[in-house]
Amino acid sequence: MRKMIEGSRAVAEAVGLCRPDVISAYPITPQTHIVEELSQMVADGDIDAEYVRVESEHSAASVCLGAVATGSRSYSATTSQGMLLMVEVLYNIAGMRLPMVITGVNRAVSAPLSIWNDHQDTFSLRDAGWIQLYAESSQECLDMHIQAFKISEDDRVLLPVMVCMDGFILTHTYETVDVPTAGEVDAFLPRYDPLFRLDPADPITLGAYAGPELYHEIRYTMHRDMLAAEEVVKEVARDFKQAFGRWSGDVIEAYRCEDADTIFIGLGSVVGTLKDWADAARAMGEKVGVLKLRCYRPFPQDELRAALSAAKQVVVLEKAVSMGGYGIVAAEVRAALYGQPRTPAVVCAVTGLGGRDVTMPTLDEIYRRGREGETDFFAGLRAEVLEQS
Amino acid sequence: MSVAEFTYEIGRGFLPGHRACAGCGQASAVRLVMEAAGPQCIVANATGCLEVFSTPYPESAWGVPWIHSLFENTPAVASGIETALRKQGRLEATRVIAFGGDGATVDIGFGALSGMLERGHDVLYICMDNEAYMNTGVQRSGSTPFAASTTTSPAGRHSFGEDRPKKDLPAIVAAHGIPYVATSSMSYFADIRRKVKRALDIRGPKYIQIHVPCPPGWGYDENASVEVGRLAVECGIYPLVEWENGTVVRVRKIKQVPVEGYLKLQRRFRHLFRDEAGRAQLQRIQELADENVKRYGLTA
Repeated sequence: MRKMIEGSRAVAEAVGLCRPDVISAYPITPQTHIVEELSQMVADGDIDAEYVRVESEHSAASVCLGAVATGSRSYSATTSQGMLLMVEVLYNIAGMRLPMVITGVNRAVSAPLSIWNDHQDTFSLRDAGWIQLYAESSQECLDMHIQAFKISEDDRVLLPVMVCMDGFILTHTYETVDVPTAGEVDAFLPRYDPLFRLDPADPITLGAYAGPELYHEIRYTMHRDMLAAEEVVKEVARDFKQAFGRWSGDVIEAYRCEDADTIFIGLGSVVGTLKDWADAARAMGEKVGVLKLRCYRPFPQDELRAALSAAKQVVVLEKAVSMGGYGIVAAEVRAALYGQPRTPAVVCAVTGLGGRDVTMPTLDEIYRRGREGETDFFAGLRAEVLEQS
Repeated sequence: MSVAEFTYEIGRGFLPGHRACAGCGQASAVRLVMEAAGPQCIVANATGCLEVFSTPYPESAWGVPWIHSLFENTPAVASGIETALRKQGRLEATRVIAFGGDGATVDIGFGALSGMLERGHDVLYICMDNEAYMNTGVQRSGSTPFAASTTTSPAGRHSFGEDRPKKDLPAIVAAHGIPYVATSSMSYFADIRRKVKRALDIRGPKYIQIHVPCPPGWGYDENASVEVGRLAVECGIYPLVEWENGTVVRVRKIKQVPVEGYLKLQRRFRHLFRDEAGRAQLQRIQELADENVKRYGLTA
């Protein structure tokens, strides 16, 4: 059914359709509308879930951990400071191979305090063992949540999934989305059937400590399974296309890249602006394309190499920065292309931190600076602000 | 025979073969708790001595389902287990028990504990109080008693040890108005069993804090745990009290003995016996014990 609803509402409806047993979240801007919508749905009996109103994000993730370990499908949502507060729990969930889905609303991290969008928060989790999917639109976000539970609970994966959506840009705007029916989602996503759970009838011990003779191998199996999960992400996207008639999810999307000299890489909603910019540039004769990175973890190295190798230049738009080390995604793209027979030059353009708008003029500036030979820079710095500091 | 069958057969969920120190107060207390609890339960356990000595992968001393997550989130994990059981319609038949040391409970997990109590989850939380962060090497906690020497509050030329009073967590927990709060001691076996059974008969949040002597941390002979624990209660320094819905309903009355008999057995208080400054602190500890006796009406 097509509806014009707020992005947060689209997420809440998608999560509701996935029939979570336990929802536990702590409110934090700009995730609040998601959890408020879900609370109302529970209060009205529209979804049959237990909602635990915890006193912190650390506890929100921990409640989900306990619930899924006991065999119940669980969900949470957070952002920025809340995400950082629950970091050790997220590592714990992944290490214990517990499947669950968390919406990672993308927001800048303090200090300075900022409630506005960038990708610093979820990028800081890239080593934790969570599969990360980034949504360009409300529709994609809705669809990714449904796929996320299926990917996570797959016996070949058993790793948690974070669906990342840009704070305010996607959470607080209205788009027309197609919301599947309960029947359609039930047919696609079966009930959670845990491989193991806490049950007196068959006692198990979860979370034992592992000495140096064991830890190394246990962590290797996690990495191995996360790499293998790339195939499951693609498979579930194919199944989704079959079930719902649209292509959503998967690991990358290439837009006008086939004969491009310069390919821009972006994650999340900025890809929409990139596509518009690419169309305008193409109309002026520039051979440019856009590569949307949908699945950041596992990092789709092979797909990227195939999509980028023919280009002369790759420009990575980073809405985050590794302080003192520069690009995050750019570094991984450079690593993926290293030693390949054809290696385009890779430019890292940091932009859009703390909700700074990424506009067509911003992209013009980035394109020009890349052409002029700059390789790592912050785009759109305001001289008048720098002069004050 | 399956693990579940074996647990039923021997009647308890905490099995031998774990790596606790000889004389560990906690190991005995947990065994008694699990005897009283029976096999129909799920246990959540904080990081600490108990978790470490009971689950060196791939071995486990637990005959019931058991989960360890992190140091400060056990009340939240237990809340999640309870919520899942409720959703599955299995909460009537399955009790949720959480274990944490004084570190996990009084300090780092304090917020999560308060949240669990405030939300009213049907969980029995048991704090194993050995009065310091023992697993990491005897560092002070908020539960370390006044004037005790620990590795981060050591007695020295300019210090008589811990200079803060013990955080009164049972009273703080009772102030949440939960149905049942109790203190107990490893040296009082029947007391532990009675209080655990009483708690498990109640639906809602319950809290039991068990004083568990620690031979290496407190500095006494391994075979003296029961004696040391008994003296702590008999001198009034560790009152055994029960609260229901925020009000004291029952206490264990004592024929009070002087605190010195308790303190002089332990290396962590030995510095108080060396000089006048030390003796002044002994007097202060006696006053604390006397305050307890008066406050809870402990005199037999």
